[in-house]
Amino acid sequence: MNFFLDLLIELQESALLVWRAVRHPFRRPVYWRETVTQMDSIGFGTLPIVLLAGFFIGAVLALQTAGTLRSFGAQNYTGRLVATSLLRELGPVLTCILLAGRAGSGIAAELGAMCVSEQVDAMRALGTDPFRKLVRPRLLALLTMAPILTVFANVVGIIGGLIVSITLLQIPSSVYLSSAREALNYDDIWGTFLKTGVFGLIVAVVGCRCGLRTRGGTVGVGHSTTTSVVVSIVLILVSDFFLTRLILTLSGTA
Amino acid sequence: MSEYAIEFQDVHLAFGAQKVLDGVSFGVYPGETKILMGGSGTGKSTVLKLVLGLLKPDSGRIIVDNEDITDFSESQLIARRQKIGMIFQEGALFDSLSVYENVGYRLFEQGAEEEEIEEAVRRMLRFVNLEDAINKMPAELSGGMRRRVGIARALVGNPKIILYDEPTAGLDPPTARAICELAIKLRDLEGVSSLFVTHRIQDAVTLADYHATIGDDGEVAIVKNPRGGTGSSTKFVMLRHGKVMLEGEADVFWNSSDPYIRTFLELD
Repeated sequence: MNFFLDLLIELQESALLVWRAVRHPFRRPVYWRETVTQMDSIGFGTLPIVLLAGFFIGAVLALQTAGTLRSFGAQNYTGRLVATSLLRELGPVLTCILLAGRAGSGIAAELGAMCVSEQVDAMRALGTDPFRKLVRPRLLALLTMAPILTVFANVVGIIGGLIVSITLLQIPSSVYLSSAREALNYDDIWGTFLKTGVFGLIVAVVGCRCGLRTRGGTVGVGHSTTTSVVVSIVLILVSDFFLTRLILTLSGTA
Repeated sequence: MSEYAIEFQDVHLAFGAQKVLDGVSFGVYPGETKILMGGSGTGKSTVLKLVLGLLKPDSGRIIVDNEDITDFSESQLIARRQKIGMIFQEGALFDSLSVYENVGYRLFEQGAEEEEIEEAVRRMLRFVNLEDAINKMPAELSGGMRRRVGIARALVGNPKIILYDEPTAGLDPPTARAICELAIKLRDLEGVSSLFVTHRIQDAVTLADYHATIGDDGEVAIVKNPRGGTGSSTKFVMLRHGKVMLEGEADVFWNSSDPYIRTFLELD
């Protein structure tokens, strides 16, 4: 019973956190500089690892599926399979799990350390609303960077599959690319943006909430960081299932 | 109208099952320094956070500068906090900002002009004797310097109420003494009202026994009070088990026969 009560309280606190961060969007000060800084550190900072992971996921997908497809004489569909898998599932989920591991944990650790060293209290004492100064820039940065990074992951993933197809599977690049292009449709694209938006929100809210509720010194900071990564990843995977169901229903392919 | 600058009326606060404040009432007159003493975990820092509205009491009223802030919203509180300076235990400087940006934080947030900020920051750093450190980062400072930068930051905007949360804890005696002298100067020359949380008896003695005057040469001098003389601008409050145990001037404490207070004052 207590567990559900805690869960409800946590949900309420998270909703309040978002509300306090986004209300009065134009009341001064707006903290554009902090927002740009966060976009840079979260977006550009996570880009290398997203590119690396995306490339190898695309490559290994082509490698794994080509064999099965060949037994059906369908190896020319390798491009389509790689592109669809990336666009619908692997791109958004993988990118946002990487964001949870790199950006979400960083947010939880930084805000947690600020909490235990009373910097958040000091900020409030000096007349600044931490939800506007700390939470809002991170929220905006993750909401914009999650979709953008996912697009990068998808593109390099398809390129990774292409390189494997040409060099190891002897599939001509024109065949791979035209089959990959067939996979692209508008439902997949808006679906990707819906998913990444929700996942970005999850990473931001969980990271900020874990950071700002930190108690108990450096041990508490470590605990908050771990919790933020675990909770974000679990929520991403669970919500992915329901979002996929929703997208398939709305696009009429379920 | 409250005659006090800060007034607590029967304030109760509990964190979960743990009662921190159990009916605390006291007041700080304008221009007075009230020294808040008590063992660790008796809710001294909590009292300061209540004055700022960082925490809300479960019941009771808190009146700051003639306004009952108990039911204020966060945005109303943010406006009220402009006239209160708080000095945190470890300084609580923003690690990512330089000393200059830390001290000028309040003015940066208000969007003040660069020259105005620089002037105010330099004046405050001169007051705490740290003008050389203006371009350093907090990580490069010693504990005592961080504390003094924290004081400079709290003083920007000339607040009429200053809250000290164990500003001398963990410092060597000369540095602790220097910080107490800053508090004396603010009390006697600027007329600020303050709550001074400490568990170091030496701080209490210094604050009660000395006062600041401006000598004939225009220099500020810290002078020992005449024996049995004034010292009335410094009062004491002792907290224990979430209640006010004893309140009054220094003599009430020194002459107390209560064993807990005698141990606290290291009389026995």
